[in-house]
Amino acid sequence: MFGTAKRDTALLIIVAILTLFAPFLLNPFPAGSAMAQFNAGYPDLMQRFVIFGIFAIGFNILFGLTGYLSFGHAAFLGVGSYAVVWMYKLLDYNIIWGLPLAIVISGVFALMIGFISLRRSGIYFSILTLAFAQMMFAISYSDLLGRFFGTTITNGETGLQVYRSDPQVLIDSWESVPHLLGLVEMRSTYTMRLGDWSFDFNAGYYFCAVIMLLTFYLAIRIFRSPFGMMLRAVKSNQQRMNYTGLNTRPYALAAFVISGMYAGLAGGLMAAMDPLAGAERMQWTASGEVVLMTILGGAGTLIGPVLGAGFIKYFENIFSKINDNVLHSWFAFLPDGIEDFMVVIVHPFVGKGWHLTLGLMFMLVVIFLPGGLVEGGQRIARLFRRKNARNDAPDGSKTPAE
Amino acid sequence: MAILEVKNVGKRFGGLQALNNVNLSVAENSCHAIIGPNGAGKSTLLNCLVGKLIPDTGSVMFDGQSVLGRKPYEINQMGISRVFQTPEIFGDLTVMENMMIPCFAKRDGAFELNAITSVTSQRDVVEKAEHMLEDMNLIDKRGMHAASMSRGDKRRLEIAMCLAQDPRLLLLDEPTAGMARADTNNTIDLLKRIKDERDITIAIIEHDMHVVFSLAERITVLAQGTPLVEDTPEKIKGHPKVREAYLGESQDAA
Ligand SMILES: Nc1ncnc2c1ncn2[C@@H]1O[C@H](COP(=O)(O)OP(=O)(O)O)[C@@H](O)[C@H]1O
Ligand SMILES: [Mg+2]
Repeated sequence: MFGTAKRDTALLIIVAILTLFAPFLLNPFPAGSAMAQFNAGYPDLMQRFVIFGIFAIGFNILFGLTGYLSFGHAAFLGVGSYAVVWMYKLLDYNIIWGLPLAIVISGVFALMIGFISLRRSGIYFSILTLAFAQMMFAISYSDLLGRFFGTTITNGETGLQVYRSDPQVLIDSWESVPHLLGLVEMRSTYTMRLGDWSFDFNAGYYFCAVIMLLTFYLAIRIFRSPFGMMLRAVKSNQQRMNYTGLNTRPYALAAFVISGMYAGLAGGLMAAMDPLAGAERMQWTASGEVVLMTILGGAGTLIGPVLGAGFIKYFENIFSKINDNVLHSWFAFLPDGIEDFMVVIVHPFVGKGWHLTLGLMFMLVVIFLPGGLVEGGQRIARLFRRKNARNDAPDGSKTPAE
Repeated sequence: MAILEVKNVGKRFGGLQALNNVNLSVAENSCHAIIGPNGAGKSTLLNCLVGKLIPDTGSVMFDGQSVLGRKPYEINQMGISRVFQTPEIFGDLTVMENMMIPCFAKRDGAFELNAITSVTSQRDVVEKAEHMLEDMNLIDKRGMHAASMSRGDKRRLEIAMCLAQDPRLLLLDEPTAGMARADTNNTIDLLKRIKDERDITIAIIEHDMHVVFSLAERITVLAQGTPLVEDTPEKIKGHPKVREAYLGESQDAA
C-alpha cells in the first residue's frame, strides 16, 4: 500500500493511529487528580509535539542519512515563521499562503548555506552551519536588513506580528486569527468530557498532525529510494563513492535543502498556530535541541526523531511544571520526615531542573543505547521474541534504518 | 593500441621525489603489472591516474583524453575503476546495497535525484546486482553488513563493484596483500576469468610474484619513482637489474 513495503506501511499506520488518538492517549489521568500533572493532551503541547516531529524528521534526512551534523537548522525554523507572518501582514490570516512560501524560502536559504558549508566536512561543517545560523539570528534580532532598507523585515527583538496598519489586502471582516481557507480557525478546540476525564480536540493540532503524517510518509519514501541509499553511502564511505563515479556534493546538498525545507515548514506551522515570529526561534539552543531529539530517538531510523521530539517536548513542558507543592502532595502518604527528604531528593530533577533529568537521560541513552530509543525498543522486542519462540531459529538478518 | 598513456609524470612530496619522469603505456585489453619495492611510488602513480593526486609534470591520457584536472568521479565515469590497497566498500550498507550503488552510478550518472521510487522497484538494477553477486559467489551474503565480511569477501565485493560499472580500465592496488594462499589463488582465478570474459584492460600493482607471473602480459619495474625496465614476464624474470633491485628482496619477503 502507498508504494511502501509492508513494514513501512504498518509503521505509517501505527503512527497515524497514535497521532489521531493523541488527545485521548496523552490525557490518561482524570482532570483534577494528582497525576493530572502528567497529562500532555492540551492543544499547545500537542501542536508542539507534531511540529517538532516534522523538524526532527527533516533533520534526520540530513544527519541520520548522510552523517553531516548541522548546528544551524533553527535558522530555517525562523525563516519559515517570518514567511508565514509576512503573509498575514500582506494578505490575510489564511495559512494557505504562508506555508508554501515558508518551504520555498527556507529551501533557498538552505541552498545557499548548504552550498558553502558543504565545502567542509566533520566539525568544520558543523561550525560553519552554526556560524550562519548565529549570523541570521543576529541580523533578525537587530533587524539589520530592515534598517538597511529603511523598513521592517523581522521587527528586531519585538518579533514580527500583525498590526492594524498592515495592508492585509485580502482580509475579511470576520478574520482575526489564523485559519485554513476560512473553514476552520486553528485555535478552535472541542472539549469532550467523559466523567472525570476531559479531552481536547484542537483544529490546529489536527492540521499539523496531517502535515506531519505527510512529511513522515515522504521521509519513508526518501529512505527507501535510490537517493536515500546514496545518502547512506555518503555517510559510509565518500572515497568509494567518488571512485564509483558518484558526485557526493549534490547528494549532500540535496539532503541539506530537503531538511532545511522541513525545518521551514515546521517554523511556518509554529506561526500558523500562533501568529508571531521572533528571532529567538533561530538561536543555537534551538538548533541543538533538534540534534538532541534526533540522537535521543535514534538517528538514521524512521520513527526515532519523532519519538525524540515527543520525549524532549514532554520533559520540557511537564517536568518543568512540577514544583515542591506538587512533590509534597505526591509524597504526602509518607511520614513527615521522609516526605521532606524525598522532596529534597527529587527537587533538583524537576521544575527548573528538568534539564538535569533530560541531560542524565541523554547520557544514559548515548552510553547504553547508541541507537537511541528505537534501539531500546528493538532490544525489548527481541527479548520478547526470544522468550516466546525459543525453538525458532534466531532472526539473524538485520534490516538497517527502520 | 595504448588505452592508457603516461608521459613524463613527476610528483614531489616535500623533499621526496616520489615519481620521476615516469613513462608508461598500457595496451588495450592487456594485463600490465607494476612491481617494485615498498615506497617505489606505485600507489602514488595510481593516485595520479584516478585524480586523487595531480602530478607536478607530465600528462596522463586515457583513450585519447587527458584525465588531469578532472575530479575522481569524472575520471571514473570515463571508464577507469580502482580497487584499493585496503578494501574500500560501504561498510554500513548491506552487501546487496554495495552492489547496487555502482549499478545506479552506471545507469544514472554522477547524480540523480531519484527520491520517490523505491530501490526494490528498480528491477534492472536489482537483477544486475543479484547477477553480479551470484557470479562472485556472494549471493548468500546479500543481507549481511559489508563491514562484517571476511577480508577476502570484501576484496571480491570491491572487485565486483568495480566490474558492475563495466570499466574499460581496471586498476588494482595489491589485491592479494594480506590474503591467505587459498584466497590469493581464488583472486588469480577470478582475475583470469575477468580477462577472458570481458573487453577490459587491467593494470595491477602486486608484490606476490606468483600473481604477477600468472596474469601479466607486460611488467613495469618501478624503483625510487622511476621505471627501471618494462618487458614481458619471461624477460623480466631473467633481467639482472631486476633481480638485483627487486626480485631478490621480494623472494625473501615471500
Ligand atoms: N600523500 C603523500 N604525502 C607525502 N608523501 C607521500 C604521500 N604518498 C606517498 N608518499 C611517499 O611517497 C613514496 C611512495 O609511496 P607509495 O606510492 O605509496 O609507494 P608504494 O610503491 O609502496 O605504493 C613513499 O616514500 C611515501 O612515503
Ligand atoms: Mg602502495
